[in-house]
Amino acid sequence: MNFDFSPEQEQIRRTIQEICRDFPNEYWQELDACRSYPEQFVDTLTQGGWLAALIPEEYGGIGVGVLEASIILEEINHSGGNSAACHAQMYIMGTLLRHGSEDQKRRYLPAIASGDARLQAFAVTEPNAGSDSTRIETRAVRQGDEYIVNGQKIFISRVQHSDLMLLLARTSPYDENNRAGNLSVFLVDLEDAGDSVQAVPLETMVNHETNVVHIEDLHVPIENLIGEEGQGFRYILSGMNVERILIAAECIGDAHFFIEKATEYARERAVFGDPIGKNQGVQFPIAAAFAQTEAADLIRYKAAARFDAGHKVGPEANMAKYLASEASWNAANMCMDTYGGYGMAVEYDIERKFRESRLYKVAPVTNNLILSYLGHNVLGLPKSY
Amino acid sequence: MKIVVCVKQVPDTAAKVVVENGQVTWGDAPLVINPWDEYAVETALLQEEEHGGEVTVISVGGEDAKEALKHALAMGCGNAILVSDPSLKNADSLVTSQVLAAAIQKIGDVDVVFFGKQAIDGDVGVTAAQTARVLGWPSLTLVSEITELDPGSKTISVERSVEEGRQVVSGQLPAVVSVVKDIGEPRYPSFMGIRKASRAEIPMWSIAEVGVEVSEPVVEWPDLFNPPKQEVVTEIVSGGSPQETAETLAEKIIEEKVL
Ligand SMILES: Cc1cc2nc3c(=O)[nH]c(=O)nc-3n(C[C@H](O)[C@H](O)[C@H](O)COP(=O)(O)OP(=O)(O)OC[C@H]3O[C@@H](n4cnc5c(N)ncnc54)[C@H](O)[C@@H]3O)c2cc1C
Ligand SMILES: Cc1cc2nc3c(=O)[nH]c(=O)nc-3n(C[C@H](O)[C@H](O)[C@H](O)COP(=O)(O)OP(=O)(O)OC[C@H]3O[C@@H](n4cnc5c(N)ncnc54)[C@H](O)[C@@H]3O)c2cc1C
Repeated sequence: MNFDFSPEQEQIRRTIQEICRDFPNEYWQELDACRSYPEQFVDTLTQGGWLAALIPEEYGGIGVGVLEASIILEEINHSGGNSAACHAQMYIMGTLLRHGSEDQKRRYLPAIASGDARLQAFAVTEPNAGSDSTRIETRAVRQGDEYIVNGQKIFISRVQHSDLMLLLARTSPYDENNRAGNLSVFLVDLEDAGDSVQAVPLETMVNHETNVVHIEDLHVPIENLIGEEGQGFRYILSGMNVERILIAAECIGDAHFFIEKATEYARERAVFGDPIGKNQGVQFPIAAAFAQTEAADLIRYKAAARFDAGHKVGPEANMAKYLASEASWNAANMCMDTYGGYGMAVEYDIERKFRESRLYKVAPVTNNLILSYLGHNVLGLPKSY
Repeated sequence: MKIVVCVKQVPDTAAKVVVENGQVTWGDAPLVINPWDEYAVETALLQEEEHGGEVTVISVGGEDAKEALKHALAMGCGNAILVSDPSLKNADSLVTSQVLAAAIQKIGDVDVVFFGKQAIDGDVGVTAAQTARVLGWPSLTLVSEITELDPGSKTISVERSVEEGRQVVSGQLPAVVSVVKDIGEPRYPSFMGIRKASRAEIPMWSIAEVGVEVSEPVVEWPDLFNPPKQEVVTEIVSGGSPQETAETLAEKIIEEKVL
């Protein structure tokens, strides 16, 4: 077994670290305070081709593996930044790449690769369908050469910073015996959609542009249906493993951020005449967070390497997201404790990263649902839903 | 226009360089492109963008110097050449400049050669001037701005950053130019650049292939030692208004006779 990185992977890591040094914590603090989008950061990444990592070269992308892509996102979060504003540009196109027609790929992928078209919105969740996506109610009805879509989505991120949105909608009624077989996926051009797609911002705990999306008589031409009608849910599931691995890497980056911050602080902050890190009550949680993060990182690399080698990695990808998000959340709490009151002060960045890292226990899928997946699909235990 | 950039592979700035058993070592800290040379690469790429042509990056060094060359390729240079030879193990800047000059001659029809201001390990800062001398070309060192470069009329005008201020100098091409920070921030390597660079086969030239007879090194390093440890006493001046703190601090500085 080989745990070494190639020189190219090392250079990817170094270059992202170099780029992130130009976007210091003050940059992220300011964005967080006024809840705005990291335009300049996203532009820099786009220009360097970083967000086109997973698009094959023949469509104008870079064509590296998930492992390399995950290093990019890890280092952004490790630096104190937040990849959430742009990670979706990397992976939402996967559905199009794997299941779209050649014509659709030629039409959209080069523009996505160059950043001329931002595909960062992926609309699945609805008020009455969160964890149980097969229950969505947004309807797409075929009428001649188009589909007419009506419905409502919630928590849909980055709609206002996207040109294109991937949309999951119902094309035939819910069927208990075929839950996954009556949904379809569409690529919606938000400019063409005009007023028929209205995104209303939803304030959340994190600076994450997320919205309630009202869809009213949206006309989607049939050439924007991806793959076959009724197969949409399966297509989306096939892209989830990549998303899980990338999110896991972001969590690992967050965890390293917290561990480094805590270590540095524990070494320098003197209380009762000694550095606080000398006390095992402070030191051991840091060491434990470190061990936990390293363990989660191993499964993240296993999932990534095996995915890139063409294997099925459902269990590994899910475990990676689960373990890494738990590790980063544990590290976040540990760091808060280490910093005492200062952890709450905005200028130290701990409270911001604390909020940001908490999200990954919930989105894009809750950790309970991951455990359900493992319990049912891997261990053969009865299904709760 | 034909442009050459000379780059060196050096220990990372974060590396702890120490002397152990009479040898300089930086542990397993990574080797990187000399940071000053990134400015030279940036300058070369800007000139290429303006005037067309091609940029070749060369390094004299061991196999590991390929990483510096790959960094330059990832930034956008078209070609890279490594000059490597066991006999160069103890090269000083004279030997290095003879080899660089011969390699530049072998590339042929070169209009301008860019260097960094100095290498952060050796810190000698003379390789550019020595290379110019061997080539017999004008040497324009410590350049902070290229105000004009005309490959047609073979002329170049630059501003040099010297201790007294700025100096405006014009010269003839081909010329050797070393650059300082003010020349402009180096670009990040692009992702595609990194990919291409990692696949690139970098040609290696031996001394025989370059066709040069090098001198014996004239600089010897008879003894290497760590600087003596200095006792540092830290005192934090605090209390009172900023005015009072500043006054106390000023008194202490005067007391210490450091000013
Ligand atoms: C900031 C943010 C951004 C988001 N961005 C997007 C986006 O871009 N696109 C999109 O489509 N969605 C997005 N989401 C939605 C996200 O995917 C959902 O919130 C998530 O899937 C959970 O759904 P829910 O909130 O409806 O929770 P619910 O499904 O209501 O679950 C509530 C709780 O019950 C638990 N639970 C439910 N059923 C079971 C069971 N059988 N066994 C054990 N536990 C169970 C869950 O684990 C959870 O803890 C985003 C959410 C947030 C907060
Ligand atoms: C660990 C160590 C051991 C050494 N041992 C010896 C020794 O045993 N004997 C001895 O005489 N000298 C020795 N040197 C000196 C070394 O050979 C010189 O440092 C080198 O020849 C050039 O000088 P410089 O690095 O100061 O470069 P500078 O003159 O400061 O470099 C200026 C610019 O020249 C270019 N440049 C410099 N070197 C190269 C290169 N190799 N390839 C391409 N471009 C280059 C770069 O553009 C650079 O920015 C040693 C140096 C080190 C760090």
